[in-house]
Amino acid sequence: MGILEVKGVNKRFGGLQALGDVNLSVQENSVHAIIGPNGAGKSTLLNCLVGKLIPDTGSVMFDGQSVLGRKPYEINQMGISRVFQTPEIFGELSVMENMMIPCFAKRDGSFAMTAFAAVRNQKDIVEHAMQALEDMNMTDKRHMHSASLSRGDKRRLEIGMCLAQEPRLLLLDEPTAGMARADTNNTIDLLKEIRDKRDITIAIIEHDMHVVFSLAERITVLAQGRPLVEDTPENIKGHPKVREAYLGEAQV
Amino acid sequence: MLGLEKKDFTLLLIVAAMVVFAPFILNPFPEGSSLAQMFNAGYPDLMQRFAIFGILVIGFNILFGLTGYLSFGHAAFLGAGSYAAVWMFKLVGYDIIPAILLAILVSGLFSLLVGYVSLRRSGIYFSILTLALAQMMFNMAYSVLGNPSSGYNLTNGETGLQVYNSDPQIFLSATGQNFPNLLGFSMRSETHLLIGNWDFTLNAGYYLSGLLLLISFYISIRIFRSPFGLMLRAVKSNQQRLHYTGLNTRPYTLAAFVISGMYAGLAGGLLACMDPLAGAERMHWTASGEIVIMSILGGVGTLIGPILGAGFNEYFKNILSKINDSVLHEWMAFLPDGFENVMVTLIHPFVGKGWHLTLGLLFMAVIIFLPGGLVEGGQRIGKLFRRTKADKPSDETPAGKETE
Repeated sequence: MGILEVKGVNKRFGGLQALGDVNLSVQENSVHAIIGPNGAGKSTLLNCLVGKLIPDTGSVMFDGQSVLGRKPYEINQMGISRVFQTPEIFGELSVMENMMIPCFAKRDGSFAMTAFAAVRNQKDIVEHAMQALEDMNMTDKRHMHSASLSRGDKRRLEIGMCLAQEPRLLLLDEPTAGMARADTNNTIDLLKEIRDKRDITIAIIEHDMHVVFSLAERITVLAQGRPLVEDTPENIKGHPKVREAYLGEAQV
Repeated sequence: MLGLEKKDFTLLLIVAAMVVFAPFILNPFPEGSSLAQMFNAGYPDLMQRFAIFGILVIGFNILFGLTGYLSFGHAAFLGAGSYAAVWMFKLVGYDIIPAILLAILVSGLFSLLVGYVSLRRSGIYFSILTLALAQMMFNMAYSVLGNPSSGYNLTNGETGLQVYNSDPQIFLSATGQNFPNLLGFSMRSETHLLIGNWDFTLNAGYYLSGLLLLISFYISIRIFRSPFGLMLRAVKSNQQRLHYTGLNTRPYTLAAFVISGMYAGLAGGLLACMDPLAGAERMHWTASGEIVIMSILGGVGTLIGPILGAGFNEYFKNILSKINDSVLHEWMAFLPDGFENVMVTLIHPFVGKGWHLTLGLLFMAVIIFLPGGLVEGGQRIGKLFRRTKADKPSDETPAGKETE
């Protein structure tokens, strides 16, 4: 029994079968990659996991509890954090303030009316946020306006914000899309470090084979909304069906 | 001090000094001079409006400045507050404490209702919803609930709600107070301070409004610096990220909406305390638009901006509308006859009844040249001053940028 169990999930958009009978089991404390060509339904699947979409049929269980019908913030409070394809941060706030918000969410839940206490007097939050920044090596950037960070730093901040909540499952939606090689490698190193140092399950959707094969322990291949195979990276590389559906003639 | 950072406490002190000395600062010209007639603003009626609209816009800024939700119906809460206060005068008596408390409560309830419905949408749709609901409230007050012959006359329609001798006023004190008062201290009572040729009016109603302005301002600073305020700024910045960080934005925005509605109720109640009558025109959508204009004039999302914006707007509205043709002729008297008439004709559309035109132009100028409002103007002047004084780099903190 994995921490995340997806069973028989179907999702139609009009005449398009975006997901057809998808089954997926993500084991606790593993890195699980979901790959597939464009339009394979990877993002649809992810959106079904975080509450943005509700599948037509099937079940999505996280740690024995169904996530279906819950709002994104409720699912997040269950322990699933999501990193977006383009970094979603609070651009108008400073890096430190960005980092404090997940700390508040962790401590106070989805809503707290702390309207009369000063932020700077919330010692536990400040400490927590400083620690989270240090984990990301961003302490020296804490006073910067987060909109002025580089793309790689924005990604780093976003991942740090997700980790500050100490989620049990971290979902990454093409975390290196549109990044330069150096930034991609930095992100891979960061994710490796997270994988090795923390008790965390990572599910990653990725286009870049280099990223997938350097991180994942299990890989699920989606094609046209259906899971094709699920196996270890070594076996996926040589799998004829995968080559045919996704990799084509390209060398891996 | 008072749980504030040094910078914020200084700001509070400056505003307190402004409130205390306004009757002197706003009366720079000696009594009887033509300049005094035109430009002196230190008379109770106008100063009360400065303070009361300051409160209104401070509250509006908690919603619009922090969350970015642009409500186009806030005047409805102002009006609801006024009606509630006048009803209290009619039924209970001229004590202002119950009147103000009821005004805040009623506006709070109305804003809870309007906010609950409108906050299901954001952006322009939110603005349209608030506009529509507020116009509905205006029309209800103006006609449906205000028909004197219907037996269900809540607002007294066009005439406006006022206190009549036949009203119960069950707790009207035997001392025969016939004007809103605080523990027997009439809002109309004033002391004249004659210094040289100057006549300074110290008015009880103004100082009460000023005190409440200070309290409102203090609460607003605390909210700006609180975790709640941080969440509201996060709502403005990126709602998506907030949802995926386990935070439910709806109660945050609703709380901000209700708080700002209660500020509007306080302002409406105070308006009724200074002059115990309430009319539906106070709820009209143009009045809501004026609130938006005041807040943009001053500087959206800044602490001091709302006070500056409200003051600027009320001051120029008063001054410009007072300038009529005979005043213009007086000013232009030094010119040859022909020129005088030409000048008066040229300026005529911009003053007197045409004050909207000038204020509109001023508003456009501020928007184009100072998108951050008067606060940005002040910051620029401050920066120039600092640069000429000492050539050191400015020590801007990132947090200070959006909340100067």
